[in-house]
Amino acid sequence: MTNRYNRHIILSEIGQAGQDKISNAKVLVIGAGGLGCPILQYITAAGVGTVGIIDFDVVELSNLQRQVLFGKSSLGKNKAIAAKERLEDLNDAISIIAYPEPLTYQNAITLFEQYDVIVDGSDNFETRYLVNDACIITKKPLVFGAIYKFEGQVSVFNYKNGPSYRCLFPNPPEQGSVPNCSEIGVLGVLPGIIGSMQANEILKIILNLGKTLSGKLLFYNALNSKTSTLNIKRNDAVINEVLSAEHNFSAKSFTSSCEQNIAVSIQDIIQKETIQIIDIREPHELPKVDELSVISIPLSTLEYKLDSLNTDKAIYVFCQSGIRSKKAVQFLKEKGITNCYSIKEGALEIKRTCQVLKT
Amino acid sequence: MRITLKYFGQIAEVTEKQEEQIDIEAQVIAELLELLYSKYEGLKSKDFQVAQNQELVINTAEITGAEIALLPPFSGG
Repeated sequence: MTNRYNRHIILSEIGQAGQDKISNAKVLVIGAGGLGCPILQYITAAGVGTVGIIDFDVVELSNLQRQVLFGKSSLGKNKAIAAKERLEDLNDAISIIAYPEPLTYQNAITLFEQYDVIVDGSDNFETRYLVNDACIITKKPLVFGAIYKFEGQVSVFNYKNGPSYRCLFPNPPEQGSVPNCSEIGVLGVLPGIIGSMQANEILKIILNLGKTLSGKLLFYNALNSKTSTLNIKRNDAVINEVLSAEHNFSAKSFTSSCEQNIAVSIQDIIQKETIQIIDIREPHELPKVDELSVISIPLSTLEYKLDSLNTDKAIYVFCQSGIRSKKAVQFLKEKGITNCYSIKEGALEIKRTCQVLKT
Repeated sequence: MRITLKYFGQIAEVTEKQEEQIDIEAQVIAELLELLYSKYEGLKSKDFQVAQNQELVINTAEITGAEIALLPPFSGG
């Protein structure tokens, strides 16, 4: 009988001993999205003994352009669960655990402690800093990947006394200053490339083979196929600061601006009666939304119109693509109006959904 | 002194190029950044780190290298 892992085992650098290391390894992947899908696919195929997947989100049609574990049959399903179903078909000789919930300051430490390697495939800075800090506290290596349009970054943090993400970027950028894929778009194959590079780093760590990207940040540009590598030094002061705040870690919470808390899909709310829908686009912007009762308050005038909002009702804000509406929600929350949400994909999403509901 | 500047991600969108060579009189990184801020208006609102000859440097570091890169964080996944 040909062994499933024969092509690994016949490599003298891996052999049966190396394959046994892979079988004994436990890897947790944060996010089953663009990066998570190829990472999960390759580590499952490679036979990583325990694969954990945490993701609270559900599969949407616009994910299928790059999130290669999913198909039409996965639409509307939780990503962690849909990924597990697909991966069990790929390899049923390993243990795959789905956590269909958000990663939080409350569950991160307990979860990370059960794994050997943590992999970041998340899509927002807040989660990325949470993952980094939890890895420092639990002393777990972190395989990092992040993408922007046609460019990607890969690194290994917190490994063999190497630097952490905070040694590179000490603090998160201001909310909303760096758009993510759902806001600005991404070349579908890019997370495939970056995620595969992360899978490669995971296997090198498990096998203790070759040289990892610890202490280096690799940049890849899909448009010119250029890579650049930058050296990062460990900054003990930054790491000690995280460690000294360890006792406060589980008491922390996400700030309100995190996408999982404020961005909603119109489908979830359109049937509700006690809501106000606010169009914060400028009056000339098209398409007009006349299918629903909508109040027009351009973002530029929002601060003067706060009194006109009925704060007894939930407020749903939309713009053209979901970026300005997020800013508006941020602003409203700062003004103490907490029951407000941003409609993820803006006016077009509303029009599309109304159309579907009508037919 | 002639240096090569490299831009990534959102930074390259502001400068509308990925690379350029310029002659500078600046002695430290902060002076170079002032120059770039006046040249590229949108740069001021961006977060980035600076690397000189592939090593991260702070704003008070002396300019000694031939290649200086502006590196923004990416969040997408």
